[in-house]
Amino acid sequence: MGPIRIGWVGEGPPDRGLLGHVGKHVARAFRAPVETFEAPGAPRHAFDPRRNQHSSGEILKWLLPLAPAGGKVLGVTDRDLFIPILTYVFGEAQLGGAAAVISTARLGDELDLFGPRVVRERLAKEAVHELGHCFGLRHCQAPGCVMGRSSSVRDVDEKGAGLCSDCRGRLAGP
Amino acid sequence: MSNERTRILVVDDEEIVRESLGGWLEKDGYFVATAPDGAKALQRLEAEPWSILIVDLKMPGVDGMQVLEQAKKRSPELAVVMMTAYATVDTAVGAMKLGAYDYLVKPFDPEELSLMMQKIVAQQALLRENAVLRQALKQEYRFRDLVSKSPAMQSIFELARTAARSSSTILVLGESGSGKEVLARAVHQESPRSQGPFVAVSCAALTESLLESELFGHEKGAFTGAFARRKGKFEAADGGTLFLDEVGDVGPKLQLDLLRVLEERKFHRLGGNAAVEVDVRIVAATNRDLKKAVQEGRFREDLFYRLNVIPILLPPLRQRREDIPLLVDSFLERLSAEMKKPLEGVSTEAMNALLAHDWPGNVRELRNVLERGAVVCAGSIIQLPDLGLPVRAETGAPAKAGPLSSLEEVERRHVAAVLSHTGGNVSQSARILGIDRVTLYNKMKKWGIRRDGEENSGDR
Repeated sequence: MGPIRIGWVGEGPPDRGLLGHVGKHVARAFRAPVETFEAPGAPRHAFDPRRNQHSSGEILKWLLPLAPAGGKVLGVTDRDLFIPILTYVFGEAQLGGAAAVISTARLGDELDLFGPRVVRERLAKEAVHELGHCFGLRHCQAPGCVMGRSSSVRDVDEKGAGLCSDCRGRLAGP
Repeated sequence: MSNERTRILVVDDEEIVRESLGGWLEKDGYFVATAPDGAKALQRLEAEPWSILIVDLKMPGVDGMQVLEQAKKRSPELAVVMMTAYATVDTAVGAMKLGAYDYLVKPFDPEELSLMMQKIVAQQALLRENAVLRQALKQEYRFRDLVSKSPAMQSIFELARTAARSSSTILVLGESGSGKEVLARAVHQESPRSQGPFVAVSCAALTESLLESELFGHEKGAFTGAFARRKGKFEAADGGTLFLDEVGDVGPKLQLDLLRVLEERKFHRLGGNAAVEVDVRIVAATNRDLKKAVQEGRFREDLFYRLNVIPILLPPLRQRREDIPLLVDSFLERLSAEMKKPLEGVSTEAMNALLAHDWPGNVRELRNVLERGAVVCAGSIIQLPDLGLPVRAETGAPAKAGPLSSLEEVERRHVAAVLSHTGGNVSQSARILGIDRVTLYNKMKKWGIRRDGEENSGDR
C-alpha cells in the first residue's frame, strides 16, 4: 500500500499535534505509512462568497497533484466545506481516488463544552472515513463502523474509530 | 438492510447538482444514474425499473412536474422527491397532489436527505414484503387456474377437489363465461386421471348427426363420406376426462345415446356392431336451466339425474365482485408473460370502473377487457381509457340529479356508448342494439356519431 500524505490546508495556524493524532489513527486503520507535508499555501480559490463556504470539490482538485505516487493525500482545514447540493459536509473524498479533505469547522461545539480532545477524536474518525472512500469503501451499516454515514456530530460521536471486519475484508481485496 | 437493490434516478439540468448528489448517494451504496432533462428521464423511467426518482422542479423543456405526473402514471409505487431552489407552498402542494413523496429545498441539509432516503428504503422494503405475503395469499385463493376469495367459490373449490378424486359425473352450471371449462380442466388436473387426456366437445356447435359421429366415431362406410374408420371423442378421452359443454343443447336422440353410455360405459361406433368399452370421467356443463327443460319435456329426466351426480353451480362475476382485484392480478400476470410486456396493474380509476361494471360475459369478458387494455396501454399500468369500457353514465339511466333528457338524447348517447364498447364494430353494435346495420348507419349519420362512438366536432 502506498503512503498516505497528510497536510494542513486551512487558514489558521497548523496544529501539529492534531495532524499527528489524525496520522496515528489513519496509519492504524489502513496499515500504511503516513507522512505529513507542507501545503503550498491555502486553496483560497475554493471559497464561494455567496455561500461563505469552501467548495470541497475544488479543494480535492487542488490536492490531487500533491498525492504521492500510488498513495493518497488528505487535506485538513478549518474552513467550512460544502458540496453544491448540501448545506455543509464534514469532509469529502474521491470514491476510489487519491484525494480527501476534512474540516474541523463543524466538529466542535458552539459552547466548546468538551474541549479540543473531543474535536480531535471526531476529526480522526472523519479522516479514516474519508480515506476509506479513497480506498473504495462505501458507507457501512454495521453498528459502530467508522464507515457509517454521519450527517451530524451526534452520528460521528456514536460511531467507533475503526473499520468493522467486513470493511477490513473489503480493503484487503478478494 | 442493504441499499444495493435501491435504484435512484437523479434528474437535474445542472451537471454539478447531478454529480454531487449522485456521488453522495453512491457512497451510501445505492445504484445511482442521472439524467440531464425531463425527456431523457422519461426514457430511462420507461426502460428500467427505479425505486426513487429525485427530480428538479424547474428544467427547460419537460419540467419536474411533468416528469412526476408521467412517472406516477407509469409506476405508482415509485417514490418521487422534488428538488426546488425556492420552496413555495404552491409548488409543494402541487407536487404532493400529483403524488410526490416529499420535496427538498436546495441546498439540502445532509441529515434531512439521509433520513428521507432511509425512510423511503424502509417503506419500500415493507411494500416488497407485503407483495410476497399477497402472493402467498393468492396461492391460498387458487384452485389450479381458478382464483377466488369469495366464500361461495371457496366451497366450490373444496367440493371440486373432493369430487376430482372420484370418477363420478360432474354437472357444472353457470352463465356463459363463468369458467365452466376452466373448472372442468382443474378437476381433471386434480384427479388421478390427470396423466390421461382431457377432451372437450361443444355440443351446441354441431348438428345432431355430426355430433353423434364426433362423440362415438364411425366405421368405414357408415354414411356417405365415411371413407375410413374414425375414433370418436369418447374413445379419445379413454383413461381421462370428457368435457361435454352445452349439454343442454343436445337433441332427443343423442340424449338417449348419452344416457346409454353413462349407464353402461359402452357404445357403438356409427355403423359398427362391436361395443366399445371406455373408461371416461364425464364433466358436463350448461348455461341452460336443465330442471326447467326437464319439466318442459325438452330434456330427458333420466339423463338429467345421470349427469346431475355432483352438481356445481358457478356464480356469475357480478355476484362475487370482491374477486375482481384478485382476477385482475392473476390475468395480468398471465398476460404479461404471454405478451412479454411488463404489466404492474391497473390505475385506481380503471379498477373502480372494473368493479362497477356488470360483466354480462363474466370472467371471460373481464379477461378480454384486460387483454385489450394490456395491448393498448402505453406504460405498465393500464389506464381507464385503455379498457374500452362504456362510460358508466351513458349506459344506465340518466343521473337523478342531472337535467332530464329527451328520448332521442338517451338513444343517441346509448348508441355512442355501444359503438365505443365494441370498438367501432357496426355489425356487433347493431346486434346488441337489436336493429339492422342500415338503421344503425342512418342513426350515426343523423347524429354525427363516428364509428368509435365519438361525435363529429361541430355537428351539434
